Amino acid sequence: MSEHTGHIVPSKRNWLVFIILIVATFLTAWIATIDLGPFNTVVALFIATCKASLVVLIFMQVKYTSEKMTKAVLLFAIAWLILLLFLSLTDYSSRFAG
Amino acid sequence: MSDSPLVAEHEEHTEHDRPELRHHFADVEQQRNAASLGMWWFLGTEIMFFGGMFCAYLIYRLKYFHEFAAASRSLDLTVGTLNTAVLICSSLTVAQAVRAAQMGNRKLQVKLLLATIFFGCVFLGVKAYEWNNKYKEHHIPTFDFNAKDLMQDNQKLFGLDKLEGDPNRAGELRKKEDDIQKHSQIFFSLYFALTGMHAIHMIIGVGIFSVITWMAWKGRFTPEYHTPLEIAGLYWHFVDIVWIYLFPLLYLIDRRPGA
Repeated sequence: MSEHTGHIVPSKRNWLVFIILIVATFLTAWIATIDLGPFNTVVALFIATCKASLVVLIFMQVKYTSEKMTKAVLLFAIAWLILLLFLSLTDYSSRFAG
Repeated sequence: MSDSPLVAEHEEHTEHDRPELRHHFADVEQQRNAASLGMWWFLGTEIMFFGGMFCAYLIYRLKYFHEFAAASRSLDLTVGTLNTAVLICSSLTVAQAVRAAQMGNRKLQVKLLLATIFFGCVFLGVKAYEWNNKYKEHHIPTFDFNAKDLMQDNQKLFGLDKLEGDPNRAGELRKKEDDIQKHSQIFFSLYFALTGMHAIHMIIGVGIFSVITWMAWKGRFTPEYHTPLEIAGLYWHFVDIVWIYLFPLLYLIDRRPGA
């Protein structure tokens, strides 16, 4: 049968992603206790975004999908979210500064 | 399944007999892509749903940063970190279960799905334990909420140590304490709203995976067809991602020692 059954992710790759996610979790908890000034939040969110990207690309198989609409839906959803957060941020942060 | 009136066609049809293929799809792959895309649309709306709460969190965190930092420090970092790890374990078992279905290994599928449900339940149990601690510490907004311990533990952060010794600034001190009492409740309101909505998603996920496990047990999934398992997996991974962001936002606001 020649039908596509979806990309079969090698077991090793799933385990590798899992190990990276676990290490990153403990790493972010540890870095939070070190004083980086305002960069603590930046580093924590950067690590979270890396972890989320790994889950989306490998576990949720977005990297392997042939369906371009899936990627489009995902990117638009993220774009709207950033729009919401970014515009709220510019608005409110300039209010409190004054 | 479309039943053709033609006998000649019917013979050919049995060769490719696919009870799971709905008649309005051309082939199994098209059906699979449609189901997957539908799930992604739903997850898009979920991003917006949680996004609204994240936005509320962002605004109040900017406004009441010290109260948020103090309240965040009262959460148990070790328990939070380990619970994050538990959830990541459940994501691995889901990914491996999809793989087991692709390989046509029924027993492994069932085992991995049961492990997923187990990890999900452990996560919820730990969450219940944490909520109970918040109850004991009087950290549930409006229900006998008391921020006295937050003020005690974070004197320097709030600048209370400077005010306390000065009898001339007693009024200022009282006003500051009132503010902390009020504003730290906003953190805990968001904490319970966010972790609560996340927990409801987890409970629904455990329900979905119970059905999926039963289907896998019955041998419904083959290497050619395991779409329900795949799209349930997408949902589970999404709920995991929400927690990946909730963990730093709620637990790791400001853990710097001495600050």
